[in-house]
Amino acid sequence: MAGTPHVDMLRSPLGRARGLGSAKAGSAHWRAQRTTGLALLPLSLWFIYSVIHLAGAPRAAVMHWMSAPVPMVLMLALIIATFHHLQMGLQTVIEDYVHHEPAKMVALLLARGGPWLLGLICFVSVLKIGF
Amino acid sequence: MVAFNLPTNSRVTQGRTFKAPAGAKRIREFKIYRWSPDDGKPPRTDTYEVDLDACGPMVLDALIKIKNEVDPTLTFRRSCREGICGSCAMNIDGGNTLACLKPIEEVKGAVKINPLPHMPVVKDLVPDLSQVYAQYRSIKPWMQADTPAPPDGERRQSKEERARLDGMWECILCFCCSTACPSYWWNGDRYLGPAVLLAAYRWIADSRDEATGQRLDELEDPFKLYRCHTIMNCTDTCPKGLNPAKAIGAIKQMIIDRQV
Repeated sequence: MAGTPHVDMLRSPLGRARGLGSAKAGSAHWRAQRTTGLALLPLSLWFIYSVIHLAGAPRAAVMHWMSAPVPMVLMLALIIATFHHLQMGLQTVIEDYVHHEPAKMVALLLARGGPWLLGLICFVSVLKIGF
Repeated sequence: MVAFNLPTNSRVTQGRTFKAPAGAKRIREFKIYRWSPDDGKPPRTDTYEVDLDACGPMVLDALIKIKNEVDPTLTFRRSCREGICGSCAMNIDGGNTLACLKPIEEVKGAVKINPLPHMPVVKDLVPDLSQVYAQYRSIKPWMQADTPAPPDGERRQSKEERARLDGMWECILCFCCSTACPSYWWNGDRYLGPAVLLAAYRWIADSRDEATGQRLDELEDPFKLYRCHTIMNCTDTCPKGLNPAKAIGAIKQMIIDRQV
């Protein structure tokens, strides 16, 4: 028969469907993605409002504003939520689309490490302004 | 990575055209995907002109007419011709549906017919469904209860408990939804897909079943369940008007409910 398919797997379909079983995980990730997304709604609106409000203000005034407790805490919360959300979103996209195992591993490490580092830089910058 | 181009032997070529008989007035073109494992050739699209005055109203009527009167080599699954067996699921005019429930008049211009997307093709419009059937088997789609059934009758449900199964028992496992889901296209080997998750929820929601916790345990997995990103193609395409996305949302909610 022409075009006889090359068989590289004789494991039963049921064996393949069961695979490695359930990881008993995923709900925490799913919930965190939604709660950070929810938190980002008011935090982003507050951030946009603040940037518009401070437009044209001298540097000293901005530094003074940022060092007050409420703007500083909100800014730190915004940074944590943004980069945590970014990290989880990137992880999801990579798991969806990258199927080459070594490339997937590298991409997942970068998707985790990148947002962590960027987030820490932002976090420390805000603290430096405040203290 | 995701492949954006089909391999050469999967690119669809132009096939033959079968003209309508002379004197036909209401002619409609049917452009149908053809592939046979026996000849080693790439797939092609054959065009059949059908006289709608001599044909039933549904796409399946046209397919049967073509097979009976024009080209007996055309291969497709069909059985009940009234939307209850799920055999004639295929991609018609760009959407997955049942050929027996799809009126020809709903399609503008030529009627393009392809097999269910992203499944291995056995021949022409017949997809290989071994994987989805195995995935369905893997969620144990049967009653699991330690309490013996009453000796004098069946396990009873209140009207409210029974009503919770509405919108799920109607699924005929045609797999239009799973094969319309991008998440299932990219990760179908690990993601269970909307049809199987709807079936899983049908048993989770069944008041007579006593394995709810184990069923949720089995589903709580980044790939089996959480590849669903609520794209909603499943609900959009279901020829029975069911809502698998809602069922998947309910499973996710129940997994959260047992934590908080």
